[in-house]
Amino acid sequence: MKPQDENKEGIGGMINPRRYGIERVAYLLMRLSGLGLLAYFIGHIYETSSILKGQVGWNEFLDLTQTNEGHALLAIVIAMCVFHTVNGIRVMLGHGGVGVGKPSRPDYPYDPASQNMKHKIGIYSAIVLAAIAMMYGLAVMYGE
Amino acid sequence: MTQVPSIAEEKPTTSLSSPKTATLRIARFNPEKDSERKFMEFNIPYQRWTTVLEAILEVKKHFDHSVAVRYSCRQATCGSCGMIINGKPRLACFTKISELESDVVTVEPMNNFPIIRDLAVRFERLFESHHKIKPYLINDDSEISSNEKEFLQTPEEVEQYIQFSNCIKCGLCNSACPTMATDSSFVGPQALAQAYRYVADSRDKGKDSRLKIIDESHGIWRCHFAGSCSQVCPKGVDPAMGIQFLRGYLLGFRS
Ligand code: SF4
Ligand code: FES
Repeated sequence: MKPQDENKEGIGGMINPRRYGIERVAYLLMRLSGLGLLAYFIGHIYETSSILKGQVGWNEFLDLTQTNEGHALLAIVIAMCVFHTVNGIRVMLGHGGVGVGKPSRPDYPYDPASQNMKHKIGIYSAIVLAAIAMMYGLAVMYGE
Repeated sequence: MTQVPSIAEEKPTTSLSSPKTATLRIARFNPEKDSERKFMEFNIPYQRWTTVLEAILEVKKHFDHSVAVRYSCRQATCGSCGMIINGKPRLACFTKISELESDVVTVEPMNNFPIIRDLAVRFERLFESHHKIKPYLINDDSEISSNEKEFLQTPEEVEQYIQFSNCIKCGLCNSACPTMATDSSFVGPQALAQAYRYVADSRDKGKDSRLKIIDESHGIWRCHFAGSCSQVCPKGVDPAMGIQFLRGYLLGFRS
């Protein structure tokens, strides 16, 4: 069967955050921050391995993080880390069936109990905390 | 960021006496002949209560009878008429043009289902997955051999699963699911919600065998709780809730 006949939405449909509310924004950010943190982890191992080149090599590498670009990168890493942790806790609890509502006879117009305010607040909190942590990190890095 | 609008949102301002006109854009595609999807446009008069299915049937009756569309009950019961309407999976018979807040109505076949032609899609995979999770009561103690004629249940026991038994197998949830968008082997929210429907039934004894079936690489672990399935379900099944409860059993949160 040709991909066109399969009619799968593909990655474009999977990551599209413009439909189905804030939950799909969280879904996209979770994926991006997960991949970003994985890339940072690999880069971090490479960075710390520069200690094998002695103190000069280590200091040279550390200087890279003292540039504006280095600060921006670390600020993004802080934001990804905080968002992934806070939203991860929300998703893990949800995965265990915590905070997803109780089964009941559905009434028209059928608002789904699992898409409740608790989870929406969890998502917005993760975004706000990530932004605060990022700004705090920038303030520390620029010595304010 | 807008939430999916409530199914019931009508436009009370739409006049009763003088019908308005909507442009209905219908996706046309025949996998045997066409290389790409094309849209045909029709101007259709509509009233406050006109459904998208009625508009499509108007096109079939007066303009082009070759438009392929599947439907039957016209009352959100048979699950045949699922399609993408203005970008979101909905039942055509359960969606009024007036609630779409647009005079341009674009209808396309459901995503993540192979296309037969135009708006009609193949349901084989959905039914296979549904069948795989054993959608029936598993209980050796049959009603015939038991002293009692029926399995008695309290209202509370019925509440545990009744919501999930509302599923009409329309496939809208599978069409909205971000995992189904890339993984056609994923068992999908429809079948997972049905697995929970039977696991939660006090008459059923098949919990362990069902959990074994869904505990595999294209099974329940592929769900990331995006919740889009629940947002588009036209019957209030809330598959995302059932799936998380099921996973709760596997993770030890529930027993
Ligand atoms: S769970 Fe809802 S959306 Fe999915 S097939 Fe059943 S009725 Fe349709
Ligand atoms: S025609 Fe039966 S659900 Fe729409």
